[in-house]
Amino acid sequence: MRIGIDVGGTNTDAALIGDDGQVLAGVKRPTTEDVTGGIASALTALGATRVSAVMIGTTHFVNALVEAARLEPVAIVRLGLPATAALPPLVDWPDRLRQVVEGATYLCHGGCEYDGTPISELDPEELQRVADDIRRRGLRTVAISSAFSPVSDEHERRAAELLAAELGPEVHLSLSAEIGRVGLLARESATIVNAALRPLADHTVAAFAEALRVAGITAPLFLSQNDGTLMDVEQARRYPVATFASGPTNSMRGAAYLSGLTDCAVVDIGGTTSDVGILVGGFPREAAGEALVAEVRTNFRIPDVLSIGIGGGSIVADDGTTGPRSVGFRLTDEALVFGGDTLTATDLAVAAGLASIGDPARVAHVSPERPLKLIAERVAEAVDRMRTSPAPLPVVLVGGGSILVDELPGFDDVRRPDHFEVANAVGAAIAQVGGEVDRVFSGPREQVLEEARGEAIARAERAGARPGSVRIVDVEELPLAYLPGNATRIRVKAVGDLDLEKIDA
Amino acid sequence: MREITADRLDDMARGAGILGTGGGGDPYAGKLLAREAIRKHGPVPLVAIDEVPADATVVAISGMGAPTVLLEKLPAGTEELAALRALEATLGRPATHIVPIEIGGVNSMIPIAAAAQAGLPIVDGDAMGRAFPEAQMVLPTLIGVSNTPMAVADDKGNTLVLNAVSNLWAERLARAACVQMGCQVSCADTVMRGDQLRDGLVPATLTLAEDLGRAVREARTRHADPVAAATEVLSGVELFRGKVVDVERRTTGGFARGQARLEGTGVLELSFQNEHLLARLDGEIVATTPDLICVLDTDSGEPVTTEAMRYGLRVTVIGVPCDPRWTSPGGLALAGPRYFGYDCDYQPLPMSS
Repeated sequence: MRIGIDVGGTNTDAALIGDDGQVLAGVKRPTTEDVTGGIASALTALGATRVSAVMIGTTHFVNALVEAARLEPVAIVRLGLPATAALPPLVDWPDRLRQVVEGATYLCHGGCEYDGTPISELDPEELQRVADDIRRRGLRTVAISSAFSPVSDEHERRAAELLAAELGPEVHLSLSAEIGRVGLLARESATIVNAALRPLADHTVAAFAEALRVAGITAPLFLSQNDGTLMDVEQARRYPVATFASGPTNSMRGAAYLSGLTDCAVVDIGGTTSDVGILVGGFPREAAGEALVAEVRTNFRIPDVLSIGIGGGSIVADDGTTGPRSVGFRLTDEALVFGGDTLTATDLAVAAGLASIGDPARVAHVSPERPLKLIAERVAEAVDRMRTSPAPLPVVLVGGGSILVDELPGFDDVRRPDHFEVANAVGAAIAQVGGEVDRVFSGPREQVLEEARGEAIARAERAGARPGSVRIVDVEELPLAYLPGNATRIRVKAVGDLDLEKIDA
Repeated sequence: MREITADRLDDMARGAGILGTGGGGDPYAGKLLAREAIRKHGPVPLVAIDEVPADATVVAISGMGAPTVLLEKLPAGTEELAALRALEATLGRPATHIVPIEIGGVNSMIPIAAAAQAGLPIVDGDAMGRAFPEAQMVLPTLIGVSNTPMAVADDKGNTLVLNAVSNLWAERLARAACVQMGCQVSCADTVMRGDQLRDGLVPATLTLAEDLGRAVREARTRHADPVAAATEVLSGVELFRGKVVDVERRTTGGFARGQARLEGTGVLELSFQNEHLLARLDGEIVATTPDLICVLDTDSGEPVTTEAMRYGLRVTVIGVPCDPRWTSPGGLALAGPRYFGYDCDYQPLPMSS
């Protein structure tokens, strides 16, 4: 058995999955401020301690960025002078977030050209001055980027060694070559976001582990990443940014698992938003081009999701429209059915007999029909915007708030599978393990691609994937000119199902 | 007189990206450069071709290099003015106007940044009406205007002034220097008098880029088909809708070359060398250079550059007739399919379909 947990802004959901793949139980508990309490309470409710693994998906880190809260100011070190100075770090960030995140920016010498030759030499004395300034300002986390570090990360690594020696182990270092792909501004921005989250990540991952301990669980803990694969605790502390899109990925993959559909629209209605995505062949359709996260342009591959401000905690206005304002995690205090005095979407559901929570007598005076119809219309419109053809498209509703919607105008096949309310947690539990190859190959294209694919599959299997379940999900080629033998940097990612027997062994 | 303000750059860059026919580089970095320059130095006056005095000294400013390099090695910010000043020193007179050499892609934005820095007006037009990969592929070549003296400046402070016997030689020499200088340089060249602009430029293309970008954005806002909106503004024809299933590429001699395979109703093969140059539908040629082969994201209408082409993208390919001067014998010799090594003749677009 294994347990999947989804730690959202409002609720912490958990699902227990049997060895045969059946969902045995699902529970929903309010997320607590310390995170630990909500998880511990969900685990206690599930009542299973003899499990082989616990997988956690969380929107904790992306929420911190969206709210511009709990972020640490970052010392940003870019190696590239005299090039790159025209567009300094954070040049395309929204001002509000920039003010929170920018601790100090240092443009330094270093970085390389497209073929790996240095733009300029790394200057240890310059970096010494940077270290002195970082220390003087008391900054605790550093983002290091350099031009063409996906081709050669030598300058980033050497700069990191120099800064680590000066600043000591308490200061976190995030290196762009380990985080993003080609495209300096977008990769650097992702690295800065990662750096800003590092202290929070330390704290949060420790809270996750503590919650397991409190619940008496000794099984290994994994966190789910953007692409639906898992990372271990140490990786999660170092790369919190890799969890950013795991919420929608988990809910969509969970919806696919629960409904048995592989091609459909998924609407995940939570406490504050409804997120609409499209599943193609069992995997979320990815956003094309730039991926904006909290208005920051990154080059992550993330699911194409359209969010509208309608959820179970959304506030119903006097004119009958719902959202985008929400009572959020204060639902159980402020909703009418819970004794509060704010009319929320949850109150509409209770008044309409769609849900039986709280005290129905407190909403006897509410006429839910028109507001619920408006909600269905807005959700249907969002699904319609995401579809790419007029062909019939099944819609799978998941998430605790999905009780708000029964039918969607214009869609004939709308279903809500069993355990819909914990689809996120199910998605976390069925997350896969990946293997990645990222290095320079030489030789004929087909031959080196084959070699890289084989290596990625072997790595996925070594990481715990069940042989035979592994498939290639991503291939990226970056040709390097003017190197002998048709050299190409190839990045291949393979994923497969986690083989629980390997973990037990 | 009109002026280019920072808030007009988004639409203009989106339209320029579409006119880049997959190449010309992602205008995003160029847009940021233009925005920063306008914030610092103020808006750039935009003048129509017939507003430029006959004796004006009009200088084309552009970036040269591999588009992939600009994604990663951002400019120092000194390159444009260094090239302009080096050219002016050779000419012995100052420039009075800046003009884009190529409306497609990032080179629509670089001259806006340069004009802001230099405090000069920019001419509404360009020398291609699209994007092409080589410096001699401009209308001024067809009317005998030399692209030299050409000044080239890199991010390290090196400058070079070229004098060449032909525009093709200037391309060859500048390209070789560009590779040595790190595959990303600024050029100031193709000096024209005001009275040569009518023959040397495709008119009003900065305005066209802005109209195009606005049409796509507004179509999206009202949930209409943004690709159809773009096709209409360009008087083009939709050639294919489908999904990218394979991309093969390599960088040779400073160019990103390759092929992309799209599946939809049939199979479309796109051949590119920085720009999309040839489209074959089920083996039959449906579009060739110098007509514009534009690849747009089917949902958003955003342009998809050749370097951004990857498996799984849903795209629509549209064909747009080029400026008629390009389909003259001289124009085709300069930028027709055979020049790029494809064994076929220019074929007009199937505009009736």
